[in-house]
Amino acid sequence: MNATWSRFNIVSIVLGFAFLYLPIVLLVVFSFNASRLVTVWGGFSTQWYAALFRNQGLMDAAWVTIRVALVSASAATVLGTMAALVLTRYTRFRGRVLFTGMVFAPLVMPEVITGLSLLLLFVAVGLDRGFLTVTLAHITFSMCFVAVVVQSRLISFDRSLEEAAMDLGAPPVKTFFQITLPVIAPAIISGWMLAFTLSLDDLVIASFASGPGATTLPMKIYSQVRLGVTPEINAACTILIGIVSLGVIAAAIVNKRREVQRRRDEQAAMRLD
Amino acid sequence: MKSLGSIRRDFAPWSDPQAKPYIRFENVTKRFGDFTAVNNLSLSIFEREFFALLGASGCGKSTLLRMLAGFEEPTSGKILLDGQDLRGIPPYRRPVNMMFQSYALFPHMSVEKNIAFGLKQEGMPKTDIDRRVAEMLKLVKLERFASRKPHQLSGGQRQRVALARSVAKRPKVLLLDEPLGALDKKLREETQFELMDLQQELGLTFVVVTHDQEEAMTMADRIAIMDKGEVMQVATPAEIYEAPNSRFVAGFVGNVNLFEGSVAERTENTARITGGSGAQILVENAGEAAIGNDVAFAIRPEKIRISSRKPQDAVNALEGEVYDIAYLGDMTVYYVKLDDGQIVRASMLNAARIVDDPLTWSDRAWISFRPDAGVVLTR
Amino acid sequence: MANVSASAPAATPAERTFLSRLISGFTGRLLILVPYAWLLFFFLIPFVIVFKISLSQSAISMPPYAPAIDFSEGISGLWAALRELSLDNYLWLTEDPLYFNAYISSVVIAGISTLLTLLVGYPIAYGMARAPASLRPTLLMLVILPFWTSFLIRVYAWIGILKPEGLLNQFLMGIGVISTPLVIMNTYTAIFIGIVYSYLPFMVLPLYSSLEKMDNSLIEAAQDLGCPPISAFWKITFPLSLPGVIAGCLLVFIPAVGEFVIPDLLGGSQTLMIGRTLWNEFFANRDWPVASAVAIILLLVLVIPIVLFQHAQARAQEQDR
Repeated sequence: MNATWSRFNIVSIVLGFAFLYLPIVLLVVFSFNASRLVTVWGGFSTQWYAALFRNQGLMDAAWVTIRVALVSASAATVLGTMAALVLTRYTRFRGRVLFTGMVFAPLVMPEVITGLSLLLLFVAVGLDRGFLTVTLAHITFSMCFVAVVVQSRLISFDRSLEEAAMDLGAPPVKTFFQITLPVIAPAIISGWMLAFTLSLDDLVIASFASGPGATTLPMKIYSQVRLGVTPEINAACTILIGIVSLGVIAAAIVNKRREVQRRRDEQAAMRLD
Repeated sequence: MKSLGSIRRDFAPWSDPQAKPYIRFENVTKRFGDFTAVNNLSLSIFEREFFALLGASGCGKSTLLRMLAGFEEPTSGKILLDGQDLRGIPPYRRPVNMMFQSYALFPHMSVEKNIAFGLKQEGMPKTDIDRRVAEMLKLVKLERFASRKPHQLSGGQRQRVALARSVAKRPKVLLLDEPLGALDKKLREETQFELMDLQQELGLTFVVVTHDQEEAMTMADRIAIMDKGEVMQVATPAEIYEAPNSRFVAGFVGNVNLFEGSVAERTENTARITGGSGAQILVENAGEAAIGNDVAFAIRPEKIRISSRKPQDAVNALEGEVYDIAYLGDMTVYYVKLDDGQIVRASMLNAARIVDDPLTWSDRAWISFRPDAGVVLTR
Repeated sequence: MANVSASAPAATPAERTFLSRLISGFTGRLLILVPYAWLLFFFLIPFVIVFKISLSQSAISMPPYAPAIDFSEGISGLWAALRELSLDNYLWLTEDPLYFNAYISSVVIAGISTLLTLLVGYPIAYGMARAPASLRPTLLMLVILPFWTSFLIRVYAWIGILKPEGLLNQFLMGIGVISTPLVIMNTYTAIFIGIVYSYLPFMVLPLYSSLEKMDNSLIEAAQDLGCPPISAFWKITFPLSLPGVIAGCLLVFIPAVGEFVIPDLLGGSQTLMIGRTLWNEFFANRDWPVASAVAIILLLVLVIPIVLFQHAQARAQEQDR
């Protein structure tokens, strides 16, 4: 319906995307500013990037963040996929209502509450705060996001595929690994990516759950931002934005390619008839 | 409804040169980018006519309907309704209403509210609206379902709500886009007659788009056969079937056998056609075909006789072998492979329960037909 | 099953079903048990602890509250600890107007921001849903993309724009609209901007999905029956998009009430929001029991919208099936 894509629609989309992207674009532009004053353009320079890599504190924090994100995303993907399977496949077991609630509540729970409650748990059981506690905290809230992503794929999953596999003699566990898992793999991968970025981005929960020696990058950035805007932070943010955008866009392109290829194959196959 | 037959028999404004068309498409073209959906098309539809646009999907029939409703504007050409040029008039100000293929019932409104929707837009007083809605519900026999939501209705009931909603405003013209497409076969047949009765009762002009030839043949006063954005033929159902004007129309409506050949001899009415293998047939209704023209003689299967011996009195008789037989109960269809290789379809009504001389697979057989049993096609 | 039948080749069909049932029953139970236990331990129990500490007294020790349950004393220790619990912290919350005002102001700010986000998000979602089908996946990705970039970074980006000598003021003064810098930074306006900006994708996505699956012939039918486009929007499009509106509003409102980063970075010290109050109570005042009480009350404030959200979620799922 091209006719209904009126001028109003185009204007609202353009303005909307300008609003969404202009702040980020400005941030990136001013990371290449030669002047120390963040908002006055003083010529092009990459000096802040160089300064960034000399900043040992930031580099350490970045390394901690990446390790936390890798471990927690992987664990969260396994747990989240299991939770999604339970939500879609086991409609009747004792405590299902509570389970559903526990999966969905963290999605909308204010981060300050999640962070506070986890911290109090770690204190109560006497776990020293550090790398382990941040990772555990991140697993807990990102597994719920993974569960939602995988669940939405499982709902549209054609169960006759599994029935066919079992009919052909594959037992349930084998059926899961040979049929179900490959089909829902794209959802699991995007669940992992989501968990990874959530962990990479998190400030509030990490602030509660982490202790000395396990300062994450957002915590480091936050403590510097409170002191004011600096081009160095702009540079750090630009790198983070760059990595995440590259990852997301690459994933989108791979998906699109696969889709196009599949459609081409289908058309070619049709012509064989 | 006794008088309906006689009304319908006498109704033929298209053959009256004095009659003014009610809807007129004049050289209408509609392009979507590179794709030409409707190509320089002209067409007249008369008041109170039940007019069908018949064609395969993508032939431009729906685009034609949507231009009449105002959802699309023609790229060039004019559409006139009762003498008024419709260009630039938005759909909500046109005196036509449409029944959508998907029914497009508003899911958040009850049956009553759906039917009243158009009347409210006119600013009709509430008591009048209530009366009209009650009338419409009675017309489509849905009085008991007034307060139901669309998803609580069966397919047939939804169809009737959509119909009631689109006629509630008493439009000058009712447009129906595949009105029976979503119903099962039995319901479709019943509803066809209901639609015809309704059209007579309300005295409206109906323009219906369909891909189902049986539906068009049953309901319409006239049918326009469309292909690739053009009208191939506009005529009554009987004319379309018995006197198609082209190979396309002959093949599109019903089953047909085409004998290709060239005109060898020509009198005022008859023509002798020589086929590729030398077989000759003598036909009437030769129309414009001149000597040397490549033509096709089109003949329907039920107008061909089949026998095991050569018929004595037949003007046209060709020999072949029974290639395939399809027994359909009311009739049997024989596929006869002629000696020149062409396969001819002949259908025999099974009037008697037991046939004395049954033909079977691989039997030698003769087909025969009268000179006036088909038409000569030049296009 | 292959392994089982290999070790017991003579298994009768009845035995085989029994064995496979046993195995699938066991894996099934394991499948439920692992995530269930994890969530119980890391999600539910922490709340019980928060609740318990909210009833305790602040103390200068580590952990900084009393009584700490001493498990070595067994049941009697637990009982002794229980007797010391009190509602003092909750009374304290009602006595000090700061907390009450912070709750009210959080709900009001979140409410206003949610409405603003709806106003900004609806036209975008509508435009996307009406865009050519080939363009829609790209537009969708463009809406989701900012969500993948750090929340903190996106809020930080606004500091450089909104501050008195920032880019917005430079721009407006440059084109001569204003002569003195607008004070936006460290005001509620800055918080509104920050929330609308950060949560816009949460609003646009559910709106888009409810608008996109709407049948265009409904609008055409309304127009065909004499309804002009704007009126058709209010009578047909908007009512049918209500599930998306509700989902979007809850997705923005609920986290916005407890928001910490935005009021902290953009709102300055003058603005009052409960998430910040909790943070300060915990990190600055080190009063864990009061912070816990604040959290419990905040949770109660949010229970209604969260239940509503779950209800809407379950209904949407049922419709999909």
